Amino acid sequence: MAAYLDHNATTPVRPQAARAVADALGIVGNPSSVHGAGRAARRLLEESREAVAGSCKAAPAGVIFTSGGSEANALALTGLGRKTIIASAVEHPSVLKAAQCHVLPVTADGLVEPQILERQLANLGGRDALVTVMLANNETGIIQPIAELARIAHAHGALVHCDAIQAGGKLELDIAALGVDSLSLSAHKLGGPQGVGALVLADPDQEVSPLIKGGGQERGHRSGTENLSGIAGFAAALRELANQDPQRMAVLRDGLEEELLKALPGVTIFGRGVDRLANTSCLAFPGLTAQTAVMALDLAGVMISAGSACSSGKVAPSHVLAAMGAADLAGSAIRVSLGWTSTPKDVEAFVEAFVPLAQRHEIQDAASAA
Amino acid sequence: MTAMTARDGKTNQAKHPIYLDYQATTPCDPRVVDAMLPYFTEKFGNPHSRNHAYGWEAEEAVELAREQVAAIIGADPKEIIFTSGATESNNLALKGVAHFYKDKKDHIITVVTEHKCVLDTCRHLETEGFKVTYLPVKPDGLIDLAELEAAITDKTAIVSVMGANNEIGVVQPLAEIGALCRKKGVFFHSDCAQAVGKIPLDVNAMNIDLMSISGHKIYGPKGIGALFVRRRPRVRLQAMINGGGQERGMRSGTLPTPLIVGLGEACRISAEEMESEGKRLMALRDRLLKGVQAKLPEIYVNGDLEHRVPGNLNISFAFVEGEGLMMGVKDLAVSSGSACTSASLEPSYVLRALGLDAEMAHTSLRLGIGRFTTEQEIDYAIDHIVEAVSRLRELSPLWEMHQEGIDIKSIVWADH
Repeated sequence: MAAYLDHNATTPVRPQAARAVADALGIVGNPSSVHGAGRAARRLLEESREAVAGSCKAAPAGVIFTSGGSEANALALTGLGRKTIIASAVEHPSVLKAAQCHVLPVTADGLVEPQILERQLANLGGRDALVTVMLANNETGIIQPIAELARIAHAHGALVHCDAIQAGGKLELDIAALGVDSLSLSAHKLGGPQGVGALVLADPDQEVSPLIKGGGQERGHRSGTENLSGIAGFAAALRELANQDPQRMAVLRDGLEEELLKALPGVTIFGRGVDRLANTSCLAFPGLTAQTAVMALDLAGVMISAGSACSSGKVAPSHVLAAMGAADLAGSAIRVSLGWTSTPKDVEAFVEAFVPLAQRHEIQDAASAA
Repeated sequence: MTAMTARDGKTNQAKHPIYLDYQATTPCDPRVVDAMLPYFTEKFGNPHSRNHAYGWEAEEAVELAREQVAAIIGADPKEIIFTSGATESNNLALKGVAHFYKDKKDHIITVVTEHKCVLDTCRHLETEGFKVTYLPVKPDGLIDLAELEAAITDKTAIVSVMGANNEIGVVQPLAEIGALCRKKGVFFHSDCAQAVGKIPLDVNAMNIDLMSISGHKIYGPKGIGALFVRRRPRVRLQAMINGGGQERGMRSGTLPTPLIVGLGEACRISAEEMESEGKRLMALRDRLLKGVQAKLPEIYVNGDLEHRVPGNLNISFAFVEGEGLMMGVKDLAVSSGSACTSASLEPSYVLRALGLDAEMAHTSLRLGIGRFTTEQEIDYAIDHIVEAVSRLRELSPLWEMHQEGIDIKSIVWADH
C-alpha cells in the first residue's frame, strides 16, 4: 500500500465532499436562472457560501468564489486597488508573480519581522500600499505573525491580504482576529475538490475591481457561471473539519521528526523552533539531493515532494529556503506533508525508506571525502 | 432517454417543471459524472506533482481530456488551455491579446449581440484606451461581412465574433469571418460556448485563432472551460492569473483534474453523437414550432432559423405581456432573455439589436431543447404555451382590437 505524504500539494477529497459534489452534479439549474431549477441551484450556492464564511468567521456577503487559490490571490492583488504591493519573500508564486512586489525579507526561521515591515511602509508610504503575507507557508508550514503585521500595516493606511490557502482547514481562522482585509482559500488543500477557492473580504463593502467580467455573478466581483459542484464540495469539506481531532496530525508529524533526528543526527528540519502547521515537515539531509530522495522514495511507495508541486516540472531550488538563508541546503530539501488519510503506517513507511537511504549517502560522502 | 433519470430514480416524464433552458445550463450527463467521480477519490493526485504515481495518473487524465477537447474543434492538444469557464476564456482572450499587442495595435472589433462577458471586457478595455467597434447585426441576427471588412484597420488587433448566440442560437459565418481576418492579418476570436458540440467546428478550416469553450453548456460540469490558442501562426497572451506557470504560463493554478476529465468526456460524447443528436433536436424543435404556430397566430421567431444551432427557439408572442407570459408557463423552466441578466427586467439587448421594440422583446421566450428532452415533453410544452398565451390574449384589450382589425400602432393614446 502506497504512502501518500504530499497533502500540501493536494489532499484526497473527503467522502462527504465527494458525495456533495456528486449530488450537486445532479442539480439541473444555473444559479442565475429565475425558474425553480435555477433557484434550487442558487439555494445550494448560498448555503455553501455560509459554510465558507463560517470557516473564517466572516460575513457570507464577503465571500467571492473563484476558480481556486491562484485566482483568489490574483483578484486580491489586482482588485483591491492599491498600486504598491509589499509581499514577503516566501509567498507563493501566485502572489509574487501577480504584480510587481516590494519584497520583505524573512529571518532564518522564515518569519517576517515587524520592524522591517514598519520601515518598508515608512519608506514607501502606506496609503497606496497593499501588504500581502501568507498565514502558513506551503513548503515549510511556518506560520507568520499576521495579526501584528496587519496592525502595523493598517496604522500606515495600507490594506492587508493574507494567503491562507495552506492554513485553511489546518488552523482555526478568524478574519477579524487576523485583522486582515482579505484572505484567500483553496478547496483542494482541505479535502474539497480542485478548481474552486474563495477570496473572503472582512468588509463585504470593500471595493474590489473584478479580474473576470461578464454576467455580474458574485456581486459583480467575479463573473462566470458558478462552479456549483465544486462549491458544494468545498462547503462539505469545511463542515467535515469540525469532526477532526486537532492533535492527531501533530502526534504523527512530531513522531516522524523524532525518529529522524534519532537516526540521522545530520538532518535539518526547517522551522522546528517556531510556530508551524502540525502536518508539515520540511527537511534536508546534506549530500542527498531532493531529486534522488523523491525518486528513491517513490520506488519504495512513499510519495513526497521536493519543494512545491506547482513548479511545473522545473527543478529549481526553493525560493522559500533561499530567502531563509538556506540556499546551500535547498537542493536537498524535501517536503513531507500529512493529511486526513495519513496513518502511523505511512509515517513508518517514510522513516523506513528514508533513513537507510540517507545513511547510504552519508557513508558515500564520507568515503569520497576520505 | 432515461440516462438522466436512472440515477435519482425519478421518472423524467412526470418531472415538472419541464426543463427547457438548455442554453442557460445543461444537466451533467451521467456518463460524464461517472468519468469524473474516481478523480475525486482514489485518483486524487495533483497533475503537477511530477514526482509520484498519483501525480502522473492525474496528468495522464488531463492530457487525454486535452486531446478530447482539441478533437472536437480540430485543434492540436497543445493549443488547449483549461480555464474556469467560458467567461474566463473570453476575458483572457480579449484582455490577453489586447495587453500583449498594445504597443502596436489598439483596436478591437466585436458585435452588439455578443455575450455580456465579451461586451463588458471590451468596455473595460475602452477605459484603458483601446478603441472598440461594435458591429450591428441584420434583423436575422447575422453580421454583414462587408461591414466587418470595412471596420478592420491596420490598428486592429482582434476580431471577436461568437459562434452561436446564447439567446437566439444564430450561427455566424465563421469560415468567412476567419478567411477575412487571416487575409487582413488580424486575430479572430470566437466565443463558441453555445456552438461547441452542436455544430461542426474546425479551427483550421475556419481560420479561428482563439476559441472559448464551456463545460456546463455541453453536459459537462460547471466551473470548467477551455481556451483554444493557436500556435501557428502563434497567438500570444498576457496572463490574468499568474503563479505556478501551468498551462504554458497562460493560466496558473492547480488544474482541477475531475472537472477537466468531465469536460473531456463531455466533448467526446458530444462529438460522437453530434450528427444523430442534431437531427433529433432539429425534429423536436420543428415539432415545437409547428405545434405552437398551428394554434397561435401572431408569433414571431427571433433570429434566422436556418443558420442556427439545432436546440434553440426564441419566440415573441404578440399581444401578451412579458411578465404574465412567464407566470403563465409556470410548468416550463424557460427563460426570457439570457440567464445572466434575466433577473433584471431590462429587455434583452440581443433582441433589441434585431430591431424588436421593447414590448416584443419583453414578450419573448427562449426555449432550449437538449439531450434529455423527450417528444412527450415537447407536446406538453406546446399545449401549455398555447393555453397560457390564449388565456392571456383573452384578457387583453389590445388583442381584441387587433381581432377587430385596428392597427394598434396607429392609436393615439389619450393622457389621463
